[in-house]
This record gives sequence, C-alpha cells and structure tokens, in this order.
Amino acid sequence: MASDLNVTVKHLTRVEGHGNIYFNAKAGKVEKVLWEVDEAPRFFEAMVRGKSYSYLSHITSRICGICSIGHSLASLKATEAAMGVRISEQTELLRRLALHGENLQSHSLHVGYLAAPDLFGAPSVVPMVKTHLDAVGKIVAVHRLANRLSDVTCGRTTHPITLTVGGFTKVPSEEDLLFAKKECEKNIEVTRSLAKDILTVKDKIPDFKRETEFIALKNDKHYAFYDGKIASTDGGVFPVSDYLKVTNEYFAPQSTAKYAKHKRASYMASALSRFNLNYEQLTDGAKEVAEMFGLEPVCHNPYMNTIAQLVEIMHSLEDSIDLVDKVIGIGLEEEEFEVEVRPGRGVGAVEVPRGILFHDYTIDEVGNCVKANCIIPTNQNHGNIQKDMEAMAPTLVNMPEKDIELRLEMLVRAYDPCISCSTHYLKVNFI
Amino acid sequence: MKARVAIFDFASCEGCELQIVNLEEKLLDLIDIVDVVSFREAMKEHSNDYDIALIEGSIMRPMDEERIKKIRERAKVLIAIGACACLGGVNKLRNEWPVEEVKKEVYGDALLEGNKFFDVFPTKAVDEVVKVDFYIPGCPIDRNEFAKVITAVALGRKPRLPSYPVCVECKKRENICVFELGQFCLGPITRAGCNAICTSFQDGCEGCRGFLDDAKMDAQKDVLRKYGVTVDQMMKKFNFYNYRKGVL
Repeated sequence: MASDLNVTVKHLTRVEGHGNIYFNAKAGKVEKVLWEVDEAPRFFEAMVRGKSYSYLSHITSRICGICSIGHSLASLKATEAAMGVRISEQTELLRRLALHGENLQSHSLHVGYLAAPDLFGAPSVVPMVKTHLDAVGKIVAVHRLANRLSDVTCGRTTHPITLTVGGFTKVPSEEDLLFAKKECEKNIEVTRSLAKDILTVKDKIPDFKRETEFIALKNDKHYAFYDGKIASTDGGVFPVSDYLKVTNEYFAPQSTAKYAKHKRASYMASALSRFNLNYEQLTDGAKEVAEMFGLEPVCHNPYMNTIAQLVEIMHSLEDSIDLVDKVIGIGLEEEEFEVEVRPGRGVGAVEVPRGILFHDYTIDEVGNCVKANCIIPTNQNHGNIQKDMEAMAPTLVNMPEKDIELRLEMLVRAYDPCISCSTHYLKVNFI
Repeated sequence: MKARVAIFDFASCEGCELQIVNLEEKLLDLIDIVDVVSFREAMKEHSNDYDIALIEGSIMRPMDEERIKKIRERAKVLIAIGACACLGGVNKLRNEWPVEEVKKEVYGDALLEGNKFFDVFPTKAVDEVVKVDFYIPGCPIDRNEFAKVITAVALGRKPRLPSYPVCVECKKRENICVFELGQFCLGPITRAGCNAICTSFQDGCEGCRGFLDDAKMDAQKDVLRKYGVTVDQMMKKFNFYNYRKGVL
C-alpha cells in the first residue's frame, strides 16, 4: 500500500531567489502540490517614477544580477521607443554581442554550476571539483570567456556601465574585441567536449512531457535575441507593443511574483521556447549539439531546457565571432550621438537567458519616467511550473520522498528561475 | 581549524553573490582558507554552524528581520556585502513614498491583507537591524576587494577600506574628468576601492560605495553648482544609493 508522503523544500537551493516546494500525498493520492514564491517584493516599478530617462537602465539593471545586461537593454529599448531615439548599426551589433556575453554567462552558470550537480549526483559543484575536475574545468573556461566578453562590451560583467540611451559611453577597442573573438573560437571545442561529458549522464534527465505553449521573439534575419516580434508555438505573431494581450498577468496568493497565460492555462518562456520557435536559424555547431541529445523542435519536456541552453552556448559563441567580424568590418569608431527629450510611451522586448522580457515606460516632457511596467520571463513561467508539477505529481506517489524531492527540485531548476527578477516589477491585470 | 563561512541573501539582485562565483580560480584559493558551509544560490549543502556570515540584500519585512537576528546570534562575525546590505542601496528609492502607496502602484487592488510575504516596512540597511562588523561596499562588490576582506577576517585581521575618494583612483588612471564631458559625478565624496571603474568608461560615479565619513559635501555641492546642476538633479543623484544621506 502506498504510504503517506510529505515533501517540503524551504528556500530551494541552486536557483536565483527564494521559492518553496510542497508535496503531500495520502494513501497514494496527491493532496497538495505547490510551487510557492516568497522573495521579498522590491517595487522597482514604483521607485523609477520621477527619475530621469538617463537613470532608468541603471536602476532596472539592479532587478537582477544575472540578467543585468538584458534588463539594461530592454530598458534602453523601451526608453528609445518612448522618445523616438534611433541607434546606429554599430550600436545594434555591439548590443547583440553584449547580449551573447550575458547568455553565455548565465547559461554556463546554470548548466554547469546549478543543474549539472543533479546529473552527476553531487549536492553542488564544490565536490565535483574532486570527482569531475575535467568537466568543471570546461565550465569554468566557458564562464570565464563569458565574463570577459561582458567586460569588453559593457565595462564589467554585472550591471553594465557603457550601455546608455542612444549608444555607448565608450566603445570597446578593436584589440579587446579580437581578443574576445579568439577566446570564443577556443571555447567552441571546449563546449563540444563539455556536451560529450553531459551526454554520458543524459539518462539522469527525467523523461517527462506535458504539452504547453512556447513563447519567444522571432525575426526573419537571425535567431532572435535582441529584436523581433512575439511568436507562439500555438500560432500567431504579435507586435511587441501588444505584449499585454500575450502575457495576461494575474495574481496568485501563494506568490510575490505574478503568473501569466496566453492561449492555454500557462505558457513557457525560455531557451527551449527559442529553440522550438527558431531552430532553423541556429548555427551549424549549435544544431550539432542538439542532435547529440536528440533534441528536436517542438520538444515538450521542460527538463530539456538545460540542453537547449547548452545548444545556445554554442550558438552564442559562433554568432559572437560573426558579430565581431561585422562590427570591425563596418569600421569600429567612437560615435557622437545626441538624445532629444520627447514625451511618449515605449515598449522594449529582448530575449534574456530565461526567455522573453518586456519593459514599458511612459516618459514626460522633461524626460522623467511617469509610469513603468515590466514583465519578466520567470514570472511568465511560474504558472507553467505549477501545471507541470500538477501533471507529474500522480506519477510520483510510489517513489521514496527523497526521489520525489529531487525530481521536483530538478524541474524548477530546469526553468532556471530568476525569482528575484520575477517579484520586482509586477503589474496586476485582473482577469 | 578553517573559519566556517555562510552566505545569505535578502532583498537584492544576488549580483554580489554572483561576483563570488565569478572569482573562479581565486574562489578555489579562498576555499583553502575557509569552509563555505551555506550558500543557497550555489549549494544544496547547508549548516547552521558558522563563524562568519556574509549578508547580501536589504531588510524589508518582519520575517526578514527575524531571520537576520537569528543569523546574528549564530555568527561570530557578520559582514554586509554590497550596496543593498551596506546602505539600503536602490531598494531605498521606494522609501520616498509610504508603503501602502507603493504597494498600490505595483500590485493594484490585489488583496494583500494578512499575506506575510507582502508585510513590508520602509527598506532598512542591515546595520539598522543588527550589528554589522565589517562592510564590503559596491554595486556590485569588487571581487578583489571581497577576496582581500575575507582573507583578512579569516586570518583574524581587521580589514581596511580606502579612506580617500574615487577621484584619487580616477586621477591615477589619467582619465578625463567626466565633468569636462558634460556629466556629473559623485567621485569627490565617494569611497574609493572600485578603481574608478565607472568614470573610466566615461560614466559619472553614482556613489554606490557610500560617502566617505569626512566627505566634503559643501565642496561637492559647489562643484555641482559650478557645472549648472539643479538641486533636484543633485538630490536624485545623491539618493541613488545613499537615500537621504546627501542632505542639502
């Protein structure tokens, strides 16, 4: 007979921010399964009111240390859209490169330091230094290159200095860009080898499927990170300015973060969403990594998000090389730019490591922000995490508690949640 | 015996903890002299038996206050890391408005009554709740300074922060003064130790490392006036990380 089961994970480890998992079953029947977010709310949306347009990206980058480059870029795009500021081709190329720096930082951190220990049966990366030194060395190498690329483009790895409304406070030198390019080239082989290491423990990735909707940016020119329209695997392409019709946020009492839904009860924003929607535009090297793991679009196993991140590591390395060549090819130079204050409202969307991110600002005649809204990927994923847990729970009742705990922890970790992000900039839209 | 270190986060972006992970090889050197016994963001292992507690983030709620007091009781040494913990940082920007107004702006009419997660008070720095022994300032912290301070504390020495302004480091790097580029800057009153990173990328200092104890506030205000900065602009700049510490 099935026994009574009780699993409580208070302040889940190896994720960014504070969340809890509860699972209860009596006589083989699930009574409760809950994903709860108890991160302290920080009220960014309220605090930017009255602040100059030139401060907004510096304040909102502090929403999240891991995605600070993405927040800065979404913020700049929203501000530029509101005030009608145009940016140069060079600025766009360098911003796309900066976004790869962040994607590489965040994905190598998540795949290597946060998710891999579960696959290798370790509580953290620390004991893996003794048991899997070779694999850890590769993770550290990619992570170091990612930090270097972010330093070169943004002035530092966390909380960018150079990214500003209209352009760059200081453009990276050709020498630094070529150095970063060389490091990217070196790390292609490192990543291929790391993928082989992870392939040896592929069977530790749970085989779970639940059909859901995937949302990501999409554009005709390339695999979308910096720009695009909103696309769904359930069909439809929507302009970024219509984001509220896609996100439909609602308040859930067990959470200081907001939940979102579009065509179904929940949807997923993630590397896996980008993979599912934009597979064709991946670089050849990235497609090879996907093939190693048998990852094909449309994949409905959320645990495979970690592998989609590994695929994107390869994509970001290869595309960065291309971007460095392009930006040097057009004649890299310090550019003069002037920003004229104009009132208006603007929405900026970018793909950050965890999925699609929106900032929406209204700027007044003197250039101060009067209203802000921001919708974070993790926020859009909380509902999908809960639905996955509900679908999975009945299949777990014959497992020992510690296995259930691991299975549920791994699920949340697979989404790579950025919980402090998700509580910071919320707007309630009652439905 | 090695000192036992635990790392805890409160309201913050966790970017300072990320700088600890970003130490990479240097982190392995640090692990030679200390044992990390709790670090939720990176480890599943956890112990309540520790000597040194590192705190990232500000204190916002009674439940956070209770938690930080327990940590203080257990730790021999408590170190605040980053602007949110040391100063309140950007989290204090919301203190300009009453708590109820801020909740309404962000959560609308959602029923938050009795929900302990939303039971917030005006943001506090860590030393407004418990005694802090040492500070590692910055937004984010500087990795090298972090390694230096932890090494000193683990070896029983008292860490020392620079007692001169960012301007000194900026001059050493031979930067053009950002005032000459038409920006304004809090470098003259802000504690050095960042190697003038922002001004080196031609962006004015925002004071994330906190003002010097003997900051020449009047001289700073004279400089700002000279460059035509208005009182309102000045206050916003002062408040960015140092809410109401740059009183005019």
